[in-house]
Amino acid sequence: MTIGFLLRRLGIFCLIVFAAATINFMVPRLRPTNPIESRLYELAAQGGVRVGQIKEMVRIYNEKFGFDKPLYVQYANYWIDLAHGDMGTSISFYPASVRAEIMRAAPWTIGLLTVATLLSFGVGSILGALMAWPKVGPYVSFLVPIFMTLSAIPYYLLGIVMIYTFALVWPILPTSAAYSSGKNLEWSLDMILDIAKHAVLPAGSIILTGIGGWGLGMRAMMVTIMGEDYMNMAESKGLRPRTIFFRYALRNAVLPQVTSLAISLAHIMSGAVVVEVIFAYPGVGYLLFRAISGNDYFLIQGIVLFIILSIGIALLTLDLLYPLIDPRIRYGKN
Amino acid sequence: MMRLIADNKHLSFGTAIIVLLLVFSMGGGVVVTRDMADVGAGRPSKPPTLEHLLGTDQQGRDVLADLMFGTPASLKIGLIAGVLGVFFGTILGLVAGYFGGFVDASIRLVTDVFLTIPSLLILVVVASLVRVVSVEEMALLIAALSWMWPTRAVRAQSLTIRERMYVQVARFSGTSHWRIIVFELLPNLLPYIAASLVGTISGAILVSIGLSTLGLGPQNEPSLGLTIYWAIYYGALIRQLWWWFMPPIFIIVLLFMGLFLISSGLDRIANPRLRTTI
Repeated sequence: MTIGFLLRRLGIFCLIVFAAATINFMVPRLRPTNPIESRLYELAAQGGVRVGQIKEMVRIYNEKFGFDKPLYVQYANYWIDLAHGDMGTSISFYPASVRAEIMRAAPWTIGLLTVATLLSFGVGSILGALMAWPKVGPYVSFLVPIFMTLSAIPYYLLGIVMIYTFALVWPILPTSAAYSSGKNLEWSLDMILDIAKHAVLPAGSIILTGIGGWGLGMRAMMVTIMGEDYMNMAESKGLRPRTIFFRYALRNAVLPQVTSLAISLAHIMSGAVVVEVIFAYPGVGYLLFRAISGNDYFLIQGIVLFIILSIGIALLTLDLLYPLIDPRIRYGKN
Repeated sequence: MMRLIADNKHLSFGTAIIVLLLVFSMGGGVVVTRDMADVGAGRPSKPPTLEHLLGTDQQGRDVLADLMFGTPASLKIGLIAGVLGVFFGTILGLVAGYFGGFVDASIRLVTDVFLTIPSLLILVVVASLVRVVSVEEMALLIAALSWMWPTRAVRAQSLTIRERMYVQVARFSGTSHWRIIVFELLPNLLPYIAASLVGTISGAILVSIGLSTLGLGPQNEPSLGLTIYWAIYYGALIRQLWWWFMPPIFIIVLLFMGLFLISSGLDRIANPRLRTTI
């Protein structure tokens, strides 16, 4: 792996982080009123407060949070804070810090998504490859229309249908949350089974829709590969079909599939947000939803930054995996 | 061209579904009246009867009327956002693919960076800050983050077409860049632009329904995602008011299946090898 390749990938990563952080900074400030003011006015509308006093409070808070300083100073402070890992204090969960809230929710989302994505990618790709392979094809061809239907359904809608079917009409699985209320979060077998039971539906909806998509993509990839010359060569060499399948076809199809995986990470993340809201699964997506409902813009900023950073890191990892999968990349491109 | 559609089973099936949905959305005003989709039109939360063919929701809206007026709204957003996204994407892709060099590198960089950012996320944040959006504003917002895929697709094709003989000939005979792009590159890109269009419209509708389901879409007009939002808000799931949330989900699934089949059909025209399989 050349140093140039590595540097270029790292460079793009830094650029993504920089762009994300800057957009993150700008978007909430596009509004004429700042969130502290609107929050205070909201509170004032609920209770009875004299207007003059509110104005004084607004002025003090603005000073405290630095909203009265010119934009470039705010921007500089933003970066300095970020460098220290300080993402501010949450307004709706005051006095919890944004970082603490995100760190609490992150493991749920990461766990759910990693398992769901890996399962749907792995199973979907293998099934898709089998669907295109001549001998096995007809046996699994019934899956094609099923996959097509599944891939067309948005995650969250499948989630709703699944809640209805498996949790209400035929109550074998829980409707929401990550673990039963009232239980302590500890590493016992009972707890792990409980968490698994609660994760079946959310993960299931992501996996089912994902399998459809990956399966069809892999199948299209395999169909293209089977027309290549080296496949003819392998067959005329007299290799066993199983060898050809795994070592010639599958290996070559995997690279574009991994590229698709990298590109769809953002899409998967977006879908996961809505799935978490529907299932009230206490991950980062659900936290974002609550932050938006509570007008908690520090938390919103923190979450968006966190998500973009995670996707950036995942992409970087995948990019670094490419040379391992495809030696052509390892020895440089021209 | 009719023969092309008829022979291609995917394309014909998909087009049929979309036409069906279009007819359904034009039913508003014919089968039901606009005020039946308003709050208080009928008795709340009643299952389907002859008077209200799909029952009513918690606030008394006739569900069928709600859907008949909501479907065109979702279709409209998808269409506007999709067309705008493909329009800008095509321009960017053509410029990047044809001129190459620094222009290409910078456009590619910007596209890749924006592809990494989950568009639904940014839209959720922006929508939550802007709060009240109209159908057109939402379409613009979504369009702003859907140009990336068309840019990639058009750029890849432009790079290939640029090297073809007829383009070289045009260059040598002194045709201006602009004429080459419009008269040589563009006509050959039409199949790819069409495919991008279907994909982008599909993606735009997906995002708009997602935003509406979270409560961040236009609240004053009926739309498919909004119906689902109200259904969740009023606990229709737990109360098992299936006539409220199943029909919109069914329509949405049908819509995406239709779009998917159309794009799959278009793929087959572009890649003949796929025709021998199902």
